[in-house]
Amino acid sequence: MTEETMTLEVTRYRPGHDREPRTQSFTVPYRTDWVVLDALNHIKDRIDGTLSYRWSCRMGVCGSCGMMVNGVPKLTCAAFLRDYRPGPIRVEPLANFPVIRDLVIALDDFMEKLRRVKPWIIRAVEKPVSDGEYLQTPAQLDAYKQFSMCINCMLCYAACPVYGLEPAFLGPAAIALAYRYNLDSRDEGYRLREPVLSEAVGVWECTFVGECSVVCPKGVDPAAAIQRSKLAGATDWLLSMIMPWAGRR
Amino acid sequence: MTAPRVERPGLFYPKLPATWWLRNANYFRFMLRELSSVFIALFLVVFLVQLHRLSQGPGAYAAYLETLRAPGWIIFHVVALAFALYHSVTWFNLTGVVQVVRLGERQVPPRLVAGASFALWAVVSVVLLWFLLRG
Amino acid sequence: MPGDDGYQHDLLVIGGGGAGLRAAIAAAEESNRLSIAVLSKVYPMRSHTVSAEGGTAAVMRENDSLDTHAKDTIFGSDFLADQDVVEVFVKEAPGEVIQLEHWGCPWSRDPDGRVSVRPFGGMTVNRTLYAADKTGFHMLHALFQTSLKYEKITRYDEWFATSLLIEDGKVCGVTALNLHDGQMRPIVAKAVIMCTGGAGRIFPFTTNAAIKTGDGMALAYRAGVALKDMEFVQYHPTGLPGTGILITEAARGEGGHLKNKDGYRYLQDYGLGPPTDTPVHRKMELGPRDILSRCHIQEHQKGRTFDGPYGHYVHLDLRHLGEKLIDKNLPFVRELARNYVGIDPVHEPIPVRPVVHYMMGGISTDITGKTSLNGLYAAGEAACVSINGANRLGSNSLTELLVFGARAGRAAARHALERPALRSNPLAQLASDERRRLDQRFLRADGREKIADIREEMQKALESGCGIYRDRATMEGACQTLRKLRERFAHISLADKDAVFNTELIAALELECTLDVAETVARSALAREESRGSHTRTDFPKRDDARFLKHSLAYQTPDGPRIEYLPVTITRWPPEERKY
Ligand SMILES: Cc1cc2nc3c(=O)[nH]c(=O)nc-3n(C[C@H](O)[C@H](O)[C@H](O)COP(=O)(O)OP(=O)(O)OC[C@H]3O[C@@H](n4cnc5c(N)ncnc54)[C@H](O)[C@@H]3O)c2cc1C
Ligand code: SF4
Ligand code: FES
Repeated sequence: MTEETMTLEVTRYRPGHDREPRTQSFTVPYRTDWVVLDALNHIKDRIDGTLSYRWSCRMGVCGSCGMMVNGVPKLTCAAFLRDYRPGPIRVEPLANFPVIRDLVIALDDFMEKLRRVKPWIIRAVEKPVSDGEYLQTPAQLDAYKQFSMCINCMLCYAACPVYGLEPAFLGPAAIALAYRYNLDSRDEGYRLREPVLSEAVGVWECTFVGECSVVCPKGVDPAAAIQRSKLAGATDWLLSMIMPWAGRR
Repeated sequence: MTAPRVERPGLFYPKLPATWWLRNANYFRFMLRELSSVFIALFLVVFLVQLHRLSQGPGAYAAYLETLRAPGWIIFHVVALAFALYHSVTWFNLTGVVQVVRLGERQVPPRLVAGASFALWAVVSVVLLWFLLRG
Repeated sequence: MPGDDGYQHDLLVIGGGGAGLRAAIAAAEESNRLSIAVLSKVYPMRSHTVSAEGGTAAVMRENDSLDTHAKDTIFGSDFLADQDVVEVFVKEAPGEVIQLEHWGCPWSRDPDGRVSVRPFGGMTVNRTLYAADKTGFHMLHALFQTSLKYEKITRYDEWFATSLLIEDGKVCGVTALNLHDGQMRPIVAKAVIMCTGGAGRIFPFTTNAAIKTGDGMALAYRAGVALKDMEFVQYHPTGLPGTGILITEAARGEGGHLKNKDGYRYLQDYGLGPPTDTPVHRKMELGPRDILSRCHIQEHQKGRTFDGPYGHYVHLDLRHLGEKLIDKNLPFVRELARNYVGIDPVHEPIPVRPVVHYMMGGISTDITGKTSLNGLYAAGEAACVSINGANRLGSNSLTELLVFGARAGRAAARHALERPALRSNPLAQLASDERRRLDQRFLRADGREKIADIREEMQKALESGCGIYRDRATMEGACQTLRKLRERFAHISLADKDAVFNTELIAALELECTLDVAETVARSALAREESRGSHTRTDFPKRDDARFLKHSLAYQTPDGPRIEYLPVTITRWPPEERKY
């Protein structure tokens, strides 16, 4: 019996050897329950040990395994071969990012942006732990919950042409996280995050392509976070113009 | 605006090809929306000229209206209208995303918010039309 | 990233998971004079803590008490937990989970705004806090994001620690490989905390992520520190067949039922009944994991499980919970089941089977996280401070990361403050030795053994020798296989000789670690001639307190692990028969 197979066209880039990325084809067994990541692991274990890529949890929660699959940013541990029959499947590193090697992209830029939006609870006065938790109703939790689901997988950045054209753009996930903290009933840091968000490369850089929310595997809807941050920023600015004396939130 | 990014040796920096917006339908629609502003702007120029002619007296205005009857101009206006509609529809669709409306504990579904915006738009348009056509 | 003055810190945390980040923050809060570094082979938010689903235990309500939490934990451990440690654990747990709440963790809430608690296996009261069914994810991101505000914390992301630097019997840092450029560097520090997580990947079928290869355990072991209680490996009763992806115990805490192929709730046949509609603490599906996993195997032996392409399985039925509850409290379970087995739990039962989940054993530490090696500390799943004994209760582990991560962070910080500055010159020499070792071993060698082959055989040996049921013959077989694999490992060949992001080299280093850890598991298991908690021997089916109410300690020798024993600390709960 001949085994069913499928072809993967994988981008290779070895710094020091290749001037630019090239494509290499691999034939892997086809299994209905295999994801693209299983196929890559098969290649690494059985065909070519030099292929480099990131992965860990294989259950769609660690955010390591994002790649372009047939031109669309995907978590490869959640992209089934069966959805790409008969193939071939094109596997490339996430778009818009510098490539370190093969399918591995550089993330430093995002890590820096993440820190810039101050993604932690900011308070004028901290409550001592001995006084117990901050009360937060389920409705207050719901207000920001969606934006706290981001796994930092970077698919949204790979889908964002604005980021592709202007790498300084804060970008969908970082803004969504800033917005998440702004919405948290325990947080008082809006004033400190606002200047970062309203910079030229902050929310206003976004022209609402909306593709970030389409590719987001966790339903975070970063596009909504950006547009709502714009609205909040604009209302705020307007209020400060009309009523400079009124304390802003 | 911002300093160009420092490229580190060894890394490969991909460039976004000029045709990026042809890659997927969503990008294409986005480009259409951007393009729609051009047509809306052009229409406004035409409209301003029209106002200017009106201020120059009935003769000039009539002559101008005559020019606008040419098929080219009609096509232009149809296209501009189409773009204006497209722009408005996408804009109203956004309202649902941007404006979170809460009723007590629950969030009103974005579709409903957008739906309400469309309804409002329709009402205003009908009122305006009635106003114009009546006269 | 470090400056030109080299890679010198006061305190170095290896691992950016829950334990590592908690330790780093605790150290930063202990003193602002300390330079702290977190070194991790993956970006911290990718650490395995991210996968934890169900929840984290702490006494939060009036109907609960520290003593009941302690008692449940000790009982669950089959009396192998150190009771003084457990007492500290339960006492500091509530403060830690509240601290995390203050740091932004989105715990699920009751209508009055308090954090909610749910039932969990082996616990007598509702005391497991949760963030829907992504508890670990939210905890890890809250910790990581909070850690960003401390400027004193430097990060080495995607650096792989390969060995401990030791001078005059004291730890002085580690050698580490920077994945981005392939350079080996000494990272010098006055104190090192190992928070490298578990080692589930020594088994073929596990809930654990690919990175869980016991590296820190192996590093400490090679430096002469004992690995404690390594024979105790927890099987979780409900993993998805094939992938091993976990379906959280919270699914049963919310009221899910385990059913055999006749649709019968078989746990009632094993003394866990009577079956009730609403979950009862410590009964039926809320029994402890070791017992539930054994019931599964017995049910299989009676021919009452299903057979599938990935072996036998039973059903976890959530249908009666209804879509609303599932979507509110178990959305991730629904997502995972839909994606990976194509089943919507709202309409169909989920196929599940026992799967390797957690290492109770680890680097032997005292109650502050200190090891026997001066300057070395450990916390989290990599460590064995002994709250879990022979069987961990679900949701105690995430709490352990917080309580003992913080304790180790503080203790190591104080140690670093007292210790004089280190000279890095001799250490640079040690690092270049390590580089040479790797080059000779992996990059120049042209052997013919493949990583994947050795890994598969090791995993197979452990599964057959150290599974849910064990006996002398199979364990001896496993020990022999592991010895042989070690010889074969010396002839390993790597296709990838590049410096930049050489994941094949990393895989080889990880394999070397798993071989060490696997051997300690098999040898410790062989030496323990009794059944206790997760360690069940068909040839010694009874618990034997007279001979084995003690911890095993595995020390490295050239001929494999040497096993010694250490008494268990009993304070207020004398051993009794463990019956649910
Ligand atoms: C699927 C799943 C669900 C779980 N659910 C629960 C639950 O609901 N409740 C509960 O209490 N427990 C649960 N657990 C157990 C718990 O999640 C783990 O025990 C815990 O997260 C381990 O955390 P850690 O910080 O010790 O290690 P990890 O989070 O595994 O982190 C290890 C860190 O060490 C680093 N590292 C490792 N080796 C090296 C090296 N050589 N060099 C540099 N860095 C290195 C890694 O990069 C990583 O940052 C679950 C476990 C699994 C597998
Ligand atoms: S917002 Fe969504 S797509 Fe973007 S990083 Fe977060 S999870 Fe990934
Ligand atoms: S491997 Fe973790 S998200 Fe895919």
